[in-house]
Amino acid sequence: MTEQFDILVVGAGPAGIAAAVSAAGARKRVGLVDDNPDAGGQIWRGRATQSAAARHWIARLDGSSVTRLQGCRVFDAPAKGTLRAECGGDRRELSYGKLILATGARERFLPFPGWTLPNVMGAGGLDAIVRSGLPVAGKRVVVAGTGPLLLAVAAHLAGRGAKILAICEQAPLRQLIHFGAHLIREPAKVLQGIEYGWATRGARFQTGCWPVEAHGSDKLETVILEQNRKQWEERCDYLACGFHLVPNLELPVLLGCSLESGFVATDDVMRTSVANVFCAGEPTGIGGVELALIEGEIAGLAAAGRTHEAEKLAESRKQRLGFVCALKHATVLDPRLKTIAKDSTLVCRCEDVSFGKLREHANWRDAKLQTRCGMGSCQGRVCGAAAEFLFGWDAAQIHSSIRPPVFPVPVSNLGATGKLNCQDDGPAMAGTSQSKEVE
Amino acid sequence: MHELANSVTLTVNDISVTVAAGTTVAAAMLIAGVSTRRSVIGEPRGPLCGMGICFECRATIDGVPHQKSCQILCADGMMVRTL
Repeated sequence: MTEQFDILVVGAGPAGIAAAVSAAGARKRVGLVDDNPDAGGQIWRGRATQSAAARHWIARLDGSSVTRLQGCRVFDAPAKGTLRAECGGDRRELSYGKLILATGARERFLPFPGWTLPNVMGAGGLDAIVRSGLPVAGKRVVVAGTGPLLLAVAAHLAGRGAKILAICEQAPLRQLIHFGAHLIREPAKVLQGIEYGWATRGARFQTGCWPVEAHGSDKLETVILEQNRKQWEERCDYLACGFHLVPNLELPVLLGCSLESGFVATDDVMRTSVANVFCAGEPTGIGGVELALIEGEIAGLAAAGRTHEAEKLAESRKQRLGFVCALKHATVLDPRLKTIAKDSTLVCRCEDVSFGKLREHANWRDAKLQTRCGMGSCQGRVCGAAAEFLFGWDAAQIHSSIRPPVFPVPVSNLGATGKLNCQDDGPAMAGTSQSKEVE
Repeated sequence: MHELANSVTLTVNDISVTVAAGTTVAAAMLIAGVSTRRSVIGEPRGPLCGMGICFECRATIDGVPHQKSCQILCADGMMVRTL
């Protein structure tokens, strides 16, 4: 079944919502496709705890003519002007005149002994699951990693009654002071920082500090933290650990969009190197909600042919790009984080490939071919960003190794006829090898 | 059991779990205290990313294997199974 749109937006986070709403104002048939049950992306997940900005934009989306395809995962671009998606188990073809990619970002995870234990999660990961219904009242949580997300997560979890034992930021204090100096130019962010500080009062905020081991029999029980070569143990229920964000580039790369310094290259009105394809939000540079909203608006207006209005907004976008650089510098990873993983520590969680096995290889391609690293279900989404940091492997090679389907789908949804079906052991999955799975 | 209008009850590995409407299956599995899957070498795993990219939260939901439980909402009578 094929659905036709003048403008199709992929991703219903802030950038995608702003893009769809802005484009829909121009009497265009606009579609918004997203793989989660609800719009909002990661940052606006969970309607109960939404900010004023989130409520404003989601109300505008609710009041718009945008066709919403939630729970729909784009996995292929079979022809120019067509995307293929899996929606609730069924395959759909989505054709478009203009495409806006607002695929967002994910966390960078770094491996350390014990990081595969249940209840060791991403910082944003635990936050997302709590927003999706997990109660944390009375639970002891260590928040670790790098970036402003740590404070936001700690504040939110504390607000839900969790006991935040420590917030461990890997960056040294001087790196953060520099970032703080930049923030003074953005009063709204300073105010937010003060709110986070108040919400997490009582939790220790440690800089130059990170987890080196997690222990537990079948789930997390204790974490060993290190600061200035001093180590200590914290007993906790959850470790929420993420090392800032990396862009979701699978779809932009599949479509052939040029990258620049690891992000999708665009012009002032968010046009990529591919005709009729725009990109907005984190894939063009990690810059947070406010920038994502502006980029979304620009892309939506430009895609709808309202170039003059888009160009006007482009000025206020330029003024905010300094924040992208400040954030990048604030989250530069300490090289000592490369030494936490032991030879036996798993780096690829899908195929259970260890650090020791990987470091024998010269690059991502060799490692993939020899060890199956990055060839499991996540297709390198987790281990790729880790390998880039741990081994200095070429990020461009890691990104370009993605092949369709960019998400595993049942074989029955792959072919042109959709008739091929293997029902005996459940549907066979393409995009991954399930042969070794113990499931 | 007292049933709230805005709650749903599902089964996770034969454990009955009642959660608020809008709760994802991944959250319900954590509430039930079950790990989501066993890895290739047999380690227990739980959700990592919470947003549909890591695939650690896969489970069999209503007979369909390899479902990303963090992106699926709980429904009354839903049957969730892991190893």
